[in-house]
Amino acid sequence: MSELSTKHLLGIKHILKEDIELIFETADKFKEVINRPIKKVPSLRDVTVANLFFENSTRTRISFELAEKRLSADTVNFSASSSSVKKGETLLDTVNNILSMKVDMVVIRHPAPGAPLYLSRHIEANIINAGDGTHEHPTQALLDAFSIREKYGDLEGRKVCIFGDIQHSRVALSNILCLTKLGAQVAVCGPPTLIPKHIDSLGVKVEYDVRKALQWCDVANVLRIQLERQDIKYIPSIREYTNYFGINKAMLDGLDKEVLIMHPGPINRGVELSSDVADSDHSIILNQVENGVAVRMAILYLLASKNKV
Amino acid sequence: MENGRVILSGKRFLLSIDRLCHQIIENHGDFDNSCLVGVQPRGIRFASRIHKRLCEITGNQAIDFGVLDVTFYRDDFRRRESPLSAQTTEINFLVEGKNVLLIDDVLYSGRTIRAALDALQHYGRPKKVELVTLVDRRFNRHLPIQADYLGITVDAVDDAYVKVEWQEYEEADRILFFPKSKSNE
Repeated sequence: MSELSTKHLLGIKHILKEDIELIFETADKFKEVINRPIKKVPSLRDVTVANLFFENSTRTRISFELAEKRLSADTVNFSASSSSVKKGETLLDTVNNILSMKVDMVVIRHPAPGAPLYLSRHIEANIINAGDGTHEHPTQALLDAFSIREKYGDLEGRKVCIFGDIQHSRVALSNILCLTKLGAQVAVCGPPTLIPKHIDSLGVKVEYDVRKALQWCDVANVLRIQLERQDIKYIPSIREYTNYFGINKAMLDGLDKEVLIMHPGPINRGVELSSDVADSDHSIILNQVENGVAVRMAILYLLASKNKV
Repeated sequence: MENGRVILSGKRFLLSIDRLCHQIIENHGDFDNSCLVGVQPRGIRFASRIHKRLCEITGNQAIDFGVLDVTFYRDDFRRRESPLSAQTTEINFLVEGKNVLLIDDVLYSGRTIRAALDALQHYGRPKKVELVTLVDRRFNRHLPIQADYLGITVDAVDDAYVKVEWQEYEEADRILFFPKSKSNE
């Protein structure tokens, strides 16, 4: 396959296994590009991308911006805190106003699940979901899977466990969908209150004991507790969470195998991961960030090619 | 594809390769400040043959050789039916201040070479860039680009297609001419 089956990247749910493989193959080439002395190619020189961030972000936003710049695209940035959204404009009006200034692609992060899907029904530009509420974060899942593939060569049969706040995590949902599409076995581990009901219908294993989960998996993808999305108390205290679900060096040393440690960031050091684990040789957290730029370049490149001049 | 007519093969094919090598050696001597860069995808087959023969003739086994993919530098992005898939780029040396021999099998519109010149800039500023090509389709150029070292010239209409085959990958060393093309370039 040389072309994506879709015009937008709204979620992993909407793309095929072949799409994911094409993105990975293209990202391999871009990884070589970003490690050159001059890290820029002219592919998207006549494409304008709007980065619409209705919610805070450091990594994703910088990563997208760098990916766009390394492809020579023109970019405009928007953040909700400093815009007319505060004056009561609707999402569709905001986006349509930006698009009438001739923008070809939109990268959107929004607190409402489904916001990118809603936009895709009303506007022409290619849309990339950079996180919509507690729903999906497809580019994060793709770069996570890309990083595992880079380490092991293949995801078929690999055991990946996602630890932490599964209930409020868009990274968890996108990761589960992406990893199962690629043939990996997936488990989730966390306090029962933070594991969604019926999650086994997605084909994942549920484990409540961190040690058992670590013993089972090849890769541990550790998530943050998202206090900002929790309307009620799901856990008694952060300290208690750390006691029962925090991963530390002693735990990993007690295993008879090596477990790869991943984290989508931002890390709360000493809560879900102890510092010595986050900085250890088993951790590929910073590789994930590097791969993020290559994977996003691949997505931008492949989606842009769907728009013929 | 049917109806391919052989326009160069066997001994004459090898003679052309050898002639090109000797012409290159005449200008580049012992290659201490020169390097070879093949253009992906099919140019690298020609380039690796040239590289092998140059090493044999000069006895210098350390001639720098890289392969360059120009997909991201092409000017027809978003103008084709489907995106081109990129190949590997592997240049493990800087071209800064060097004499670069850019190598591709068929020189057609010249757009690939234009993209290659762009891509090459990303590995430094070469002292000089020369173009080595096995087949020159001189009536089909879109850009003012000419080869410095040239195997044979083929006069053909736009519709035709010229393909170079290599013993290492296909049946034999030969250049085939097809009156109707399967694709552009």
